[in-house]
Amino acid sequence: MPAQTPAITPARPLPSDLATASKLRRRSSASRRNRAAIWFLAPACLMTAVYVLYPIFYTIYLSFFNWDGMMKPEFIGLANYVEMLHAPTFHVALKNNLTWLLLFLLAPPAGLIAALYLNQKVRGIRLIKTLFFAPFVLSGVVVGLIFSWFYDPTFGLLTLLLGHGVPVLGDPRYVTFGIIFAALWPQTAYCMILFLTGLTSINADQVEAARMEGAKGWSMLRYVILPQLRSTTFMAFVVTIIGALRSFDLISVMSSGGPFESSTVLAYYTYDQAIKYYRQGYSAAIAVTLFAIMLIYIVYQLRRLLRDEG
Amino acid sequence: MFPMPIEKWKASNRILYKLSLPVALLIWLLPILAVLVTSVRSTDELMEGNYWGWPKDFAMLDNYREALTASPMLHYFWNSCLITIPSVIGAIALASMAGYALSTYKFRGDTLLFATFVACNFVPQQILMIPVREISVSLGLFNTVSGLILFHVAMQTGFCTLFLRNFIKQLPYEMIEAARIEGAGEWTVFYRIVLPLIRPALAALAVLVFTFVWNDYFWALCLTQGDDVAPITVGVAALKGQWTTAWNLVSAGSILAAIPSVLLFFLMQKQFVVGLTFGASKG
Repeated sequence: MPAQTPAITPARPLPSDLATASKLRRRSSASRRNRAAIWFLAPACLMTAVYVLYPIFYTIYLSFFNWDGMMKPEFIGLANYVEMLHAPTFHVALKNNLTWLLLFLLAPPAGLIAALYLNQKVRGIRLIKTLFFAPFVLSGVVVGLIFSWFYDPTFGLLTLLLGHGVPVLGDPRYVTFGIIFAALWPQTAYCMILFLTGLTSINADQVEAARMEGAKGWSMLRYVILPQLRSTTFMAFVVTIIGALRSFDLISVMSSGGPFESSTVLAYYTYDQAIKYYRQGYSAAIAVTLFAIMLIYIVYQLRRLLRDEG
Repeated sequence: MFPMPIEKWKASNRILYKLSLPVALLIWLLPILAVLVTSVRSTDELMEGNYWGWPKDFAMLDNYREALTASPMLHYFWNSCLITIPSVIGAIALASMAGYALSTYKFRGDTLLFATFVACNFVPQQILMIPVREISVSLGLFNTVSGLILFHVAMQTGFCTLFLRNFIKQLPYEMIEAARIEGAGEWTVFYRIVLPLIRPALAALAVLVFTFVWNDYFWALCLTQGDDVAPITVGVAALKGQWTTAWNLVSAGSILAAIPSVLLFFLMQKQFVVGLTFGASKG
């Protein structure tokens, strides 16, 4: 005889029912929140998608076409890239970008030196720190104008100092160095402020302890201070590298990439080809190349960020 | 404290240090000082070749009047205001909403979305140039103030979102939960509780984004044509082309272009520095 299974009529809701109900309730509140999240995010996402994400993919797509901006674009595969790799100007731009990168890396150490120099408590030091930082606030256009005036071979300050005129911006040998020197001015100020802030968060006990042990000057800086400034240093290098690759304003104002395209960089070359020569597809190929170079830093930065999150 | 506090130095070194400060400052700011002095120098003096000496007579009013009236400087300046102020407000409005959502809701793909906003900060602007021009032309926004504003809002939103999201993340989450239990809607929580709490961060961002947009040159070149909506950066660059010899006028124009961001920096220095060093001292 089969065992009679007793019919269970629960007087109280079973635990599983309870769980379902609360899950349902939670899900409804979760879905409400999800809906809210979508509304909060929609405007920013829409703008970013239209003006940043879509343009990136469109430019990559466009780099495979020959297009003057008006006629129908013509698919030419990798021809733009092939042409670019054979173009002398591209090599000049790449070399100049490298020069920018290398010389721009002087900004973090220079900024550190300036920060160490100014990190004292004397009367008026706050104002002096503020004034030291002021160049960073100036527009690239203004900095470019000031320095083109300094470099003027007939009456510029440089001419006055040297006693004879050197056409810095008119000589392919000097022009890039002249522009980088101008750009280092605000960049050093930026790095300085980063290091000044970093120095205020240095662990004073550790510094005192190291001092008791006889550490001072260089060894103190090398073994006690710099390790504590690691994240500041990292940030200073990131903003400097990105700044070096982005250089456009100063070149545009000071030399327009000249003379004979000797001071152009990838960013300026891209602009020049699209605006002056109506070569949109070719310009896109240069922009994609610049993007690919920067992607190294973007990925590096993102990985660091996501690691910190996790 | 590092380096060794100055009180513990030898007296002679202390004096040397204090004397060196104004000298270093003078050399460091020489470019700005030169422009300031030139902007009050008379044209006659420049013709005579007195470029670097102390000006004999001051022509400040003449130069600035000339720069303001003989060229459309005032018009450029006004354009810059029209472009910059709404861009700052727009970017911060969008970013505070996005930053709130990214820091308080957990949903699938939130990290990816956040990473996208972060990555947008590092994209080279030139890769956006051609499509953004195309979009502006097809929407009838090329060479308009709104066209520039919309673009600046989009471009700055990434940075602002990163900044505000991290800031909101540091707020006590229990406060938000408590408000929800009290029955506050999501918008009320954001508007009445979160926004007032992040006011310092908003000020820091506003100052920073203002100078970024005010100093922009590349997008003004790409998205405008002629004088109609060109901002002051374009105006000053054009001034140099027109009057290569009238350096006093070019200097006066440069000073005008620099005044708002320099002034804001001096007034809101603390906020400015907070914005620039955000993330530098941790992580």
